[in-house]
Amino acid sequence: MAKNILTLTDSNFDEQLVASDVPILVDFWAEWCGPCKIIAPILEEIAEQKNGKLAIAKLNVDDAMNTARRFEVMSIPTLILFKEGQPVTRIVGAKPKGQLLADLEVHL
Amino acid sequence: MSEEVKVAIIGSGPAGLTAAIYTARADLNPVVIEGEPSSTTDQPGGQLMLTTEIENYPGFVEGIMGPELMANFRSQAQRFGATYDTAKVSRVDLTERPFKLWTTNQSGEEPKYLADAIIISTGARSLLLNLERETELIGHGVSTCATCDGFFFRDHNIAVIGGGDSALEEAGFLTKFAKSVTIIHRRNELRASKIMQDRAFANPKISFIWDSTVTELHGDTSLTGITVTNRITGETSELPVTGLFVAIGHSPNTDIFKGQIDMDEVGYILTRDGTATNVPGVFACGDVQDHTYRQAITAAGSGCMAAIDVEKWLKQVEE
Repeated sequence: MAKNILTLTDSNFDEQLVASDVPILVDFWAEWCGPCKIIAPILEEIAEQKNGKLAIAKLNVDDAMNTARRFEVMSIPTLILFKEGQPVTRIVGAKPKGQLLADLEVHL
Repeated sequence: MSEEVKVAIIGSGPAGLTAAIYTARADLNPVVIEGEPSSTTDQPGGQLMLTTEIENYPGFVEGIMGPELMANFRSQAQRFGATYDTAKVSRVDLTERPFKLWTTNQSGEEPKYLADAIIISTGARSLLLNLERETELIGHGVSTCATCDGFFFRDHNIAVIGGGDSALEEAGFLTKFAKSVTIIHRRNELRASKIMQDRAFANPKISFIWDSTVTELHGDTSLTGITVTNRITGETSELPVTGLFVAIGHSPNTDIFKGQIDMDEVGYILTRDGTATNVPGVFACGDVQDHTYRQAITAAGSGCMAAIDVEKWLKQVEE
């Protein structure tokens, strides 16, 4: 995994969200989810491209079930963009890079 | 500037990638326009990307995971020189050769590819119910991908709609998580294969509602229940399920070819003499031209046929 991607867990989730001075895009994923694997490299590219403007974090729903439940994630991949600790938009399902960037851009 | 290619393969399921293996080995340097990431079957690798264990693909004694099988197909074609473009074809012009192809990731007005021959292997996609609120409830109880979402329905009561192999496979998979799985089918017998039926009937978590369809979805922010209507008596009943998985059949991905290629009344491409279409130089293989068998192995077989047909055709026109 790329160095500039955070790993979130139930215990560090709130802390990491507050600590970030840029918006964080959290990728709710799991090992067994095919479409999650497809967007993983796209997110790594976005992390590089948006370095300093947007942080990317991954949350494994198998390990961090409470957080997934708290945000009512019922389908993965789900991407939730947090600004100042608050969710501002949610993207459900794998999408091409261009479309992901376009969906995010309006909130950045 | 358009890129000139001998063979463009549109779609990257078992049919397209087998055609890629064979045309690459024939030194035709195929470009595979493989599709775009999505959470539906309309993605690189095709319908198998949303399945789990494939038990009936010959050569894998213990079975193989669908996505892994497709990754293998892809690498195998790549080894022989096939190249990939992770985009969808947005428009084609098949009126004259070379054929023109435009893609979703191109810049400018010029077609991205000029192809001497085309293999169409765009497959089919799962149908939705077309009920009010269905799209907004996707990801909130309504699912198009049991393998992606099953996990979130631990101890839920859920329903699967459909009576074919894919419906029963999803239902069986979902019983690993769900408290109960109700299969709703519009007839009083299943279309699925005998082995899948036997497994479903023997599974204590699976029950059936026959001769019925789902006519309404309930729930504000997520699914809380569905209305089921019996097609014979007209009786309606409410089923308090929090998950709904739809597996009611398929529709071919042929919109971009409408008006340019002969199709049957529901949009499947018509082939003759192997995999030829009515346009010389355009061939079709896999589920896009097959609503009968629809297996990974038959798709792969017809992909091989298309590759051999293309090779033969190119040789003829070059002479």
